[in-house]
Amino acid sequence: MSILVYIDHFAGAGKPASWETLGKARELADTLGDSVIGLVIGHQVRPLAAEAITYGADRVLVADDPALATFQAHAYAAALKAAIAEAGPRIILAPATTGARDVAALAAGELGIGLAADCQDLALDGDHNLLAVRPVFSGNIIATEVFAQQPQMATVRGRSFPLPESDPARTGEIKDLVVDLAAVAGWEEVLGFETTQTGEVSVETANIIVSGGRGVKGPEGFEPLRELAQVLGAAVGASRAAVDAGWIPYPAQVGQTGKTVRPDLYVACGISGAIQHLAGMTNSKVIVAINKDKDAPIFNVAQYGIVGDLFEIVPALTRAFRARLGQ
Amino acid sequence: MKFVVCVKLTPDTEELNEVRPEDVGADDLGVTMVLNPWDEFAVEEALQLQERFEGETVAVTVGGEDATDALKRAVAMGIEETVLLSDPAFEGSDAWGTAHILAEAIKGLGEYGLILTGKQSVDGNSGLVAPGLAVKLGVPFVSQVARVVDLTDSSVTVVRALDEGRQTVRVKLPAVISVSKEINEPRYPNFMGIRKASRMKYPVMAAADLPGLDTGQIGVDAALVKWTDLHKPPARGGTCEFITGETTAALVAALVDKLVADKVV
Ligand SMILES: Cc1cc2nc3c(=O)[nH]c(=O)nc-3n(C[C@H](O)[C@H](O)[C@H](O)COP(=O)(O)OP(=O)(O)OC[C@H]3O[C@@H](n4cnc5c(N)ncnc54)[C@H](O)[C@@H]3O)c2cc1C
Ligand SMILES: Nc1ncnc2c1ncn2[C@@H]1O[C@H](COP(=O)(O)O)[C@@H](O)[C@H]1O
Repeated sequence: MSILVYIDHFAGAGKPASWETLGKARELADTLGDSVIGLVIGHQVRPLAAEAITYGADRVLVADDPALATFQAHAYAAALKAAIAEAGPRIILAPATTGARDVAALAAGELGIGLAADCQDLALDGDHNLLAVRPVFSGNIIATEVFAQQPQMATVRGRSFPLPESDPARTGEIKDLVVDLAAVAGWEEVLGFETTQTGEVSVETANIIVSGGRGVKGPEGFEPLRELAQVLGAAVGASRAAVDAGWIPYPAQVGQTGKTVRPDLYVACGISGAIQHLAGMTNSKVIVAINKDKDAPIFNVAQYGIVGDLFEIVPALTRAFRARLGQ
Repeated sequence: MKFVVCVKLTPDTEELNEVRPEDVGADDLGVTMVLNPWDEFAVEEALQLQERFEGETVAVTVGGEDATDALKRAVAMGIEETVLLSDPAFEGSDAWGTAHILAEAIKGLGEYGLILTGKQSVDGNSGLVAPGLAVKLGVPFVSQVARVVDLTDSSVTVVRALDEGRQTVRVKLPAVISVSKEINEPRYPNFMGIRKASRMKYPVMAAADLPGLDTGQIGVDAALVKWTDLHKPPARGGTCEFITGETTAALVAALVDKLVADKVV
């Protein structure tokens, strides 16, 4: 038997969440005595298949076609269906990135496979069935999803599992996968792509996030936060109030209608700690709150709090880290 | 063209943390229920598309009788027609089951063009009903739509927010799209709208009213996934250590020490 893992990538670069998921698949497969089969979809993506082997795949199916060069949900779902038919896996995993979530849902829906979305942990029960742990009610309740039949499928949130170590000495088999795209011909036509990558670290993959709220008072108020973020190699996040005011773009928004994050360190600056904001960040390992108001609810979830003016504290913190980290 | 919006009644986000795990699945969660906030963006977009391109708007929901409140809010915002899909046989359906019920009802609406949904429900959080619905209808699906660029009788062109950027994509109609928060600013219902909504009749359809419904695909027995072991996430320490110091420099130095000791930097 096998576990099939969808390897999501952007322009040929594997996403960390793909490798984290592959690492967990390896662990589950070792318990089950299964093999791990990777799936790479795109054009000229063979190097990625080789990389997947170094991260733990035994075999990698490659759907390589000029028609698959850019992400298209339906064509990619057709490839995933073909891979499921080829591999006959008992478990299918994909990272819960935006594109992979759609591909997984379309393939699972068409094949009538039970799917647990956006999981934060995976385990096996005594009968070798998948247990998929996921937050529901916007993080206020944790549920374990169980499956009525095989195969069993889940998408996995980034940073749920550690990045496995890449072992260049690992060997495996790479095999071409032929995909018939006739059924979705004319469904979807990509007309353009505009990158929003600013070169800054994204809140979803960051180990550290420095986040600002209404208390930063304006777009320029994010500058001291950016400086601190730079020293720490951190991403800059924001509350909805700051995003709605137009001070920082939406991809930075943390919370119920933004991103759910779980960094090692979350520094909330001038954020009151509304319940919808907390829904996106209380899974952070350590939370630091900097706020003028000692009664701000953000202090209820913080390990460390500083009551004070962020425009004084944040630059001082940047200086202190710079000195400590020898920069 | 008919614009169909799928809406759901969900807990008010302010009270989500009051939902008790043992009550999940019960008729009454003991909290205020409102139109799923993500679905407000879908309702708003249907109304804006109607203004831009002409057509009719209809809101559809699967739920108990109280789900009428979600439809009411949609009507108060400006939606013209509604369908409440309610039947004990629907209860306990998973996303694929709910999608099947919605698909069979939508097929009965006549010539539907574009179906809009929210990104996800604030209770289920899965974002699976929309792609499931597209699969059941055999039509294209685009998630995270941040802008509808153009609409013709046979296609819709949208900008979709992917993790690394924005993709412009054209799909054939009919199609299902789930919308992102960026797409618009949902309107507040005005007095006229609220009055209209309170006077409106909300027709109910049950399993027997859906000729194509396959009862083998719906309800708790057909669910391919089930929730078990519901519990509250572990409470955070609850005790915040306030860092103080003679000077700002001393204070931040103390914090840096702690963060270094905690190995998070
Ligand atoms: C359906 C729905 C979804 C939502 N989704 C989200 C979401 O995804 N994310 C989100 O964040 N919010 C969300 N919200 C909004 C949320 O309810 C709050 O309105 C929002 O989080 C408030 O942002 P804030 O903390 O930045 O602003 P405020 O609540 O105004 O807090 C500003 C804080 O800054 C402090 N401050 C001011 N000046 C300084 C200074 N110089 N130094 C230090 N501290 C200072 C103040 O004491 C105050 O605590 C949502 C709301 C709804 C209804
Ligand atoms: N019971 C329902 N009735 C109608 N639409 C629904 C229902 N459940 C979910 N939806 C739609 O599907 C979207 C995604 O919900 P979910 O898959 O539960 O996260 C929601 O934003 C709604 O637009």
